[in-house]
Amino acid sequence: MFRNQYDTDVTTWSPAGRLFQVEYAMEAVKQGSAAVGLTSKTHAVLVSVGKTNSEFSSYQKKIFKVDDHIGVAIAGLTADGRVLSLHMRSECIHYKFLYDSPLPVGRLVVQLADKAQVCTQRSWTRPYGVGLLVAGLDETGPHLYLNCPSGNYFEYQAYAIGARSQAAKTYLERKFETFPECSRDELIRHGVISVREALAEGKLNGSNCSVAVVGAGEAFSILDPKMVQQIIDSLDDKNEEPPADVAPVEGEQGAVQDDTDQGVAPMET
Amino acid sequence: MLAAAQKDEKKDQALKNLVGHPQTGRDCPFTLLNSPISHTQYPYVTGTSVLGIKYKDGVLLASDMGGSYGSTLRYKSVQRLKPIGKHTLLGAGGEISDFQEIVRYLDELILYDNMWDDGNSLGPKEVHNYLNRLMYNRRNKFNPLWNTLVLGGVKNGQKYLGTVNMIGVHYEENHVATGFGNHLARPIFRDEWHEDMTFEEGVKLLEKCMLVLLYRDRSAVNKLQIAKITEEGATISEPYAIKTHWELEAFKNPATGAVGSW
Repeated sequence: MFRNQYDTDVTTWSPAGRLFQVEYAMEAVKQGSAAVGLTSKTHAVLVSVGKTNSEFSSYQKKIFKVDDHIGVAIAGLTADGRVLSLHMRSECIHYKFLYDSPLPVGRLVVQLADKAQVCTQRSWTRPYGVGLLVAGLDETGPHLYLNCPSGNYFEYQAYAIGARSQAAKTYLERKFETFPECSRDELIRHGVISVREALAEGKLNGSNCSVAVVGAGEAFSILDPKMVQQIIDSLDDKNEEPPADVAPVEGEQGAVQDDTDQGVAPMET
Repeated sequence: MLAAAQKDEKKDQALKNLVGHPQTGRDCPFTLLNSPISHTQYPYVTGTSVLGIKYKDGVLLASDMGGSYGSTLRYKSVQRLKPIGKHTLLGAGGEISDFQEIVRYLDELILYDNMWDDGNSLGPKEVHNYLNRLMYNRRNKFNPLWNTLVLGGVKNGQKYLGTVNMIGVHYEENHVATGFGNHLARPIFRDEWHEDMTFEEGVKLLEKCMLVLLYRDRSAVNKLQIAKITEEGATISEPYAIKTHWELEAFKNPATGAVGSW
């Protein structure tokens, strides 16, 4: 994207009918580390890769619980993501207080989108620089939505955002038709595998990978890092879905040529 | 909730316009600061009992159509049962004007709910909780809505029957009543109500209790309506009267048991 004379503030249209500041905000989402969401008939899963500031710091928190039935994974400006999560929590609890009932995910997402839209039409506020994958459960089943800085929202069966999300999406595209019938654990596995595709270097482990689930009879929860580590290790055992040019090995134990999964990833405390 | 938020915004706007300085903490214009604000209320036109029972297909509500002005049975065609959205019925005893106001609030709530047009809808539980918040908050401001409300509904096969009153006391039950109904009808319900009554059985039970109320509650009038709510929707019957019997032997010769002039 080139710098041009129409991109100084949000309230300036370009002759081609574009709002460049909003588009730049969407770029910020692409800079964040990957987050993946997927749904089956009964569950919704969020998986994300965390970044660290330095070797000594903790991993960036990317998944937030919003209510017992809703959670969100963010990519982009984390501070914006945190503030929006707080807002979502506030909306949910307010609805709960008034109606003694969980806020339908679709309505929360629309409120969030309207909030984001406001920032695209005021000259004194900037758009939020964060993309949100909202996973939740309501009367009509599990849902996954994407909220953009532009104020748009979309519902998805499965999606990925952030850096190298295209690699994750490619995996999801291959597999998404099987998702509705997947069990909870199978769905989580698909999520972790797809997020692994989005990893440039290094390995997935319980610390840099966050997994969260919500489903029928199961409140939204972020899995324990040890649990996540086990899931990642079990991927190595089964060695399913190595990089695209090798034929998939279905459920067989035993060594396969793929050597990027050599050894167990170190357990972090 | 959207309505409430918008209302708050409008109210805030209006106050800001009148008050001027937002930091002094006043919530009314200077001109009204020392004038008496009246909160104590008395009911003027009141409705008497409302009865509600769960039955096989949903919920039945019954009430008469009387609006008393103190001890005068002044209005005899007052609708005290109203449908709310697709899933709920509301009945009220107490101040009729407050009930009409509540129905207005709820109609607005349902309107905004419908405007989402997204397949979700407020069920009886949600409406009940909303009403509870409303009644309790008014009570805390010493400006209550002078009603006892009965709320019944069915959503996704789940039957719901509850009550809220002007001080915010609320609960759910298989059979509820307001006012005199608590004293005269509930004991009959306790004896004769059972799970999965048919529509006919339910109506018969309600009419039996309405008859007792007609004889014994001085504010009752013999013009009643029965409303039913099922998964399909709500229906409120046309008003009708029940047969009363006054030809009891004891009434024919009242002086038989106590001859004399006093």
